[in-house]
Amino acid sequence: MKELLELFLAFARIGGLTFGGGYAMLPMLQREVVENKGWATEAELMDYYAVGQCVPGVIAVNTAVFVGNKVKGLLGAIAASLGVVAPSLVIIVAIAAFIQSFSELEIVQNAFAGIRVAVCVLIFTAIVKLFKKAIVDKFTFVLFAIVFALTVFVDISPIIFVIIAAIAGIIVKCVKEGKAK
Amino acid sequence: MIYLQLFWEFFKVGLFTVGGGLASLPFLYDISDRTGWYTHAQLADMIAISESTPGPIGINMATYVGFTSAGVVGSVLATLGFIIPSIIIVSIVSRFLKKFSENKLVKGAFYGLRAVSVALICAALVSVVKISLINIPLFQETGAILDLISIPGILLAAACYFVLKKWNPHPVFVLGGSAIVGILLGFVGLM
Repeated sequence: MKELLELFLAFARIGGLTFGGGYAMLPMLQREVVENKGWATEAELMDYYAVGQCVPGVIAVNTAVFVGNKVKGLLGAIAASLGVVAPSLVIIVAIAAFIQSFSELEIVQNAFAGIRVAVCVLIFTAIVKLFKKAIVDKFTFVLFAIVFALTVFVDISPIIFVIIAAIAGIIVKCVKEGKAK
Repeated sequence: MIYLQLFWEFFKVGLFTVGGGLASLPFLYDISDRTGWYTHAQLADMIAISESTPGPIGINMATYVGFTSAGVVGSVLATLGFIIPSIIIVSIVSRFLKKFSENKLVKGAFYGLRAVSVALICAALVSVVKISLINIPLFQETGAILDLISIPGILLAAACYFVLKKWNPHPVFVLGGSAIVGILLGFVGLM
């Protein structure tokens, strides 16, 4: 029980003190998980982090589930992942409730009209970084172009694209390796 | 029953989101279109706040969408729905970690998934641009191409991009600066 509480609190600290998630979280994870608690080695943490990006879901939660699992099995995984999300729940609900009651004010509307422009730019810069890593050859570019056009102009659930992309990726990789041999 | 529906929608988002928090965006637009629980404009504001507060962006957005759709209970259920697939999948994967990351099928799947993930985020960007940088209703009314794009919006976007490239500040500063510009110039009237 004490260990579960410790997992929850350690991951609540990690969730509550990192802005932006993803890569910003790694130094905090190293300090809490490797140096303070000794729950995992540096190498193990890097494995969790790498594989955490290759399974569905948010990287922070996936890493928490790995560490929790190692320390205390499924219950540990649940405690650690609840820890990561607890600060978000509290902070966002407080801000959302606050904004909801002021959203009619002109000053708030003007502020958000400006903020939305910045959101465009932030998403754009994130895309530029991801694009370089993901679009590596003709196949990935064609896949990118088709899915982008279909999503913008046709109303199709993104779930369908995710499933098709995984299958197409496997087939193309297999065909390529077959040719190489 | 909105609570059950919220949980189920976010369970699906958690199951099919690959590649970090922003990758959940297209799913959130899809939910908005199908359910009408929140508008595209509200979602853009939620992205801004999720980027400026502590915690993973994906979790922040799930919490925010849940709250906007169905209050505090909604935010808890959306967040739980979002993380439960992770708990199940990662718990299974952690039993054969090494084999998983070297598996050919897994590698092939991610080769395709990464490309689609970028395409879906691009489509989400188009949705945000539609409510922040271009004015389709005004363009349809006047037919003048200059009425389609918001010049102050483009200028502010260029300024944000320049600041990000030059100093690489934390997003919260870019968002805060844009909020101040929006207030000072009365951005709603300029659109």
